Amino acid sequence: MSDLFRIFNTSASALTAQSVRLNTVASNMANAATTASTPEDTYRAKHVLFQTVIDQEDPKGVAMPVRVAGIVDDKCEPIPTYEPNHPHANEEGYVFRPAINVVEEMANMMSASRSYEANVEVLTTARSLLQRTLQVGRS
Amino acid sequence: MNLSLDKAFGVLPSAVLIKARRAELLASNLANVDTPNYKSRDFHFTEVLAEVEGMGNRMKLSTTHANHLTNEIDKSKALEPDLLYRIPAQPSLDGNTVDPQLERAAFAENTMHYQSTLEFLDRRVSSLRKALSKE
Repeated sequence: MSDLFRIFNTSASALTAQSVRLNTVASNMANAATTASTPEDTYRAKHVLFQTVIDQEDPKGVAMPVRVAGIVDDKCEPIPTYEPNHPHANEEGYVFRPAINVVEEMANMMSASRSYEANVEVLTTARSLLQRTLQVGRS
Repeated sequence: MNLSLDKAFGVLPSAVLIKARRAELLASNLANVDTPNYKSRDFHFTEVLAEVEGMGNRMKLSTTHANHLTNEIDKSKALEPDLLYRIPAQPSLDGNTVDPQLERAAFAENTMHYQSTLEFLDRRVSSLRKALSKE
């Protein structure tokens, strides 16, 4: 039965990972329209890296939770646009905007929320299975 | 009368344990649906059950001395099934082979099997209780 208990750990780790991913998507979308005077100051899109964790107590077991191994900056160069009247324009009249593809971010968001839902479903199912198991022999 | 609880329950307790194990494995697959290079895994329920129940189709070594090696499986170890890799229907660029639809279907199926086995176990328990109670 301990297997069913470990599902809570595994699925919860996935929920955390997916919500971190959702957070970075939100951050990218929120900062899509920010401007800066230099490419260095420009916001860079963030991406999360997922990694499988092997349970130390049970290396041969089947529990494989997931964790966020890191959040990395996008490598795309900021896009310069010529807007001399913009308050952020540099001496040459250029403003830098992050190269964020909003459609890509939306797709990322949908994927994250679908995965989140799937794991919530697994959690609820595991809970009801455990409750049912505890009731064996009651009636 | 010689009543053995192990015999009374038959394969049901092991079946429940193996199904719980499979539920955990499928939950792990679903948790790693977006992890790069994660390979989706599963095992054959019937084969594992046969091994746990000592009905596997491997041949037994005959032993004539206590120190002879046997190929009999330790029941507790048999619950660590040989994990197989799922063959992906479509390759993905990040090396992940989890198909969420397939995994969800497998999880739902396994849940149903778990519940039905539990139901059988429950009935078995209540019939035993009925047999033991005075009336």
